[in-house]
Amino acid sequence: MDTLIAQLQRQFRDYTISLYHQGFLDDQFTELKKLQDECSPDFVAEVVTLFFEDCEKLISNMARALDQTGNVDFKLVGSSVHQLKGSSSSVGAKRVKGLCITLKECCDSQNYEGCVRCLQQVDIEYKTLKAKLQDLFNLEQQIVQAGGRIPQVDI
Amino acid sequence: MNSSGGSCSSLMDVVTYDPHHHGHDEELHVLAVDDNLIDRKLVERLLKISSCKVTTAENAIRALEYLGLGDQNQHIDALTCNVMKVNLIITDYCMPGMTGFELLKKVKESSNLRELPVVIMSSENIPTRINKCLASGAQMFMQKPLKLSDVEKLKCHLMNCRS
Repeated sequence: MDTLIAQLQRQFRDYTISLYHQGFLDDQFTELKKLQDECSPDFVAEVVTLFFEDCEKLISNMARALDQTGNVDFKLVGSSVHQLKGSSSSVGAKRVKGLCITLKECCDSQNYEGCVRCLQQVDIEYKTLKAKLQDLFNLEQQIVQAGGRIPQVDI
Repeated sequence: MNSSGGSCSSLMDVVTYDPHHHGHDEELHVLAVDDNLIDRKLVERLLKISSCKVTTAENAIRALEYLGLGDQNQHIDALTCNVMKVNLIITDYCMPGMTGFELLKKVKESSNLRELPVVIMSSENIPTRINKCLASGAQMFMQKPLKLSDVEKLKCHLMNCRS
């Protein structure tokens, strides 16, 4: 008998696994989940929310710096991407982190075109991850509201 | 670092059994320094879940002020309130203004604080950087991003050192 809860749990499991397999998340995200418990039930949501706010702010700073054609402050871009690389690494945002590494290389070699292209990709990538994690959190909510428990997913 | 699994895990059991118990003799008070907000949240949670009391600072200057090494006027008050309570400093290496390495040196130069263990964290695995920190008196060097197992190793190391 396939109850609603069982269906939702299966969806949750499959979706989680796909996020890892498609490289959106890495095992640092798994580490974040270990830090969530009854005392801190929203820890992961809180941290990823801060992360996405950080993305928005840092990307905006970098875009503004790159907009100053002829007078681009590559040091500022470099320090912003260093921050973003650190945050993305700490939350397990694998694709975002990878793009930050590329962006840092473009910045270090003062490759303007490369920076602009890469920054656009970082922007798309963090927004994609944000939407996917929102879907994942929504599934969790649905499971809990249906009276079920959120399954432990082993990757 | 030698891992004495058996005795260590039983000590961990005692310390972690009641995570909300404050003021326990064995509870470590850690000062965590990092300019990155997400990393601060992460290290704070890692330490709290490992039954440590945590104070965070967003840069080295604030950390020094907390330890009583800041403005001379604040020296006496900070010294009596905070210094005796901090058992460990964990700091990021790369920070704007004063780096974690410079913070380490300031602590080790201080007659009051030089015994305080300082752990340096970094996202970059650069052997010369690591050696430089250890040579200047850092207790440990930890690779970011931090995991729960890293904090467990850290506690184990410190508990062994304290006894």
